[in-house]
Amino acid sequence: MEIDFKHKQAAHCENGVVANLMTYNGFTVSEPMVFGIGSGLLFTYIPFLKVNHAPVVSYRAMPGIIFTRFATRVGIKIKREKFRNAQTAKARLDENLQRNNPVGLQVGVYNLPYFPDEYRFHFNAHNMVVYGKRDGIYLISDPVMETVTSLTEKELEKVRFAKGAFAPKGHIYYPTAFPKELHLEKAIVKGIKHTCRDMLAPVPVVGVKGIRKIAKLIRKWPKAKGTKIANHYLGQIVRMQEEIGTGGGGFRYIYAAFLQEAGKLLTNNQLLELSKEMTLIGDQWRDFAVEASRIYKNRSNSVAVDQYDHVATLLEDIANKEEVFFKKLKKAI
Amino acid sequence: MKKNEVPQDKSNLESANFKELCYAVDENGEYTTELSTGWSPKTIALNNAIEALNERISASKQRVKDHKVSPLEYYMELHKMDLPILASYVGIWKWRVKRHFRPAVFKNLNNKTLQKYADVFDITIEELQRTDL
Repeated sequence: MEIDFKHKQAAHCENGVVANLMTYNGFTVSEPMVFGIGSGLLFTYIPFLKVNHAPVVSYRAMPGIIFTRFATRVGIKIKREKFRNAQTAKARLDENLQRNNPVGLQVGVYNLPYFPDEYRFHFNAHNMVVYGKRDGIYLISDPVMETVTSLTEKELEKVRFAKGAFAPKGHIYYPTAFPKELHLEKAIVKGIKHTCRDMLAPVPVVGVKGIRKIAKLIRKWPKAKGTKIANHYLGQIVRMQEEIGTGGGGFRYIYAAFLQEAGKLLTNNQLLELSKEMTLIGDQWRDFAVEASRIYKNRSNSVAVDQYDHVATLLEDIANKEEVFFKKLKKAI
Repeated sequence: MKKNEVPQDKSNLESANFKELCYAVDENGEYTTELSTGWSPKTIALNNAIEALNERISASKQRVKDHKVSPLEYYMELHKMDLPILASYVGIWKWRVKRHFRPAVFKNLNNKTLQKYADVFDITIEELQRTDL
């Protein structure tokens, strides 16, 4: 069976899945709208945890939470299921397809055959939609891909039961109940307030303070760890910021797009101005990536320490700008 | 970022005929999307990460040849895993997996345990036990 599902490429997998599932159910919502209402924007440094042998920073809210927040704020009900057993997981998926219900899946990236080899890491918070099954082959709409793809039963089982941090455990989810009409206005206000609260949180590793913390660490790394490790760490930060799914500038451009759309919907000119400002902040993040790449481009061990100080200063400047920005945004709404 | 500034650099995406979506502003200041083939600063970061991985793999290979560690460690690195990931894939506690990295302990593992590891790495037990990688 094959469900008539419209695939639309998105920057980020989770927003893309939600936007595509909503469109399927007759509600047109853009990807930035989902991201903004779900308060996806964030900055966190996660101490004590290492991925790929480097510290972890995140530019977005925890996997899954964007959809949950979006759903409660616009009044949709979602059903989520996780499984212990691969057979039940498969049976439940087939049941849904039989009922013409496309479902969202959480999967691991490492065993996805259509991904370029270089991008296959043990990352378990990728999302996709299964919209049909033909001769034992599942039809897949992966939002980060330009077109739809497919996976065999075995391949799908492997990615659904990937192990490690955030193990998907066959996680499936789909919306079950919708309001008569979608009222986005209140949801937008809630989403923006939440993001402002997160970014200005009085927690040393979150939001603006988190950016400052990372800047401080970048100054320390070359002396404490040697330039080779410092470069590896710096590269990891840039990868998290610019990797597929961010839409560029560590999600700042998607957020600016959201503010523009929200400003028009609420006829709030301040938001339109702030959207422009966010774009400039996004450009600054890009500049930071360019400067950082100058450092880690040559993998030699002789990098002047003042270069690290230079990129750290760029980050501190961004932190100051974002602090002012989110204070203004809080008042504008 | 302006729409015409969306980078179109050469990257590893090309081989898979893959383009990513970026958000950018058009001439009228309206947000829109544009496909990008890649951007050098992150391609360099990715290539460095892969190079670092390959260094880990070859270092581990040497340790196996020198009989300092069991081949398990090599296959773990080869599959881009670390200890917690491998432990959760085989369903064995981390400290036991770590112990299995010792050649003397690895030699005495029973077939049931070896099979678990072999399944994760998608190879046979014989291949798993070879130290002449």
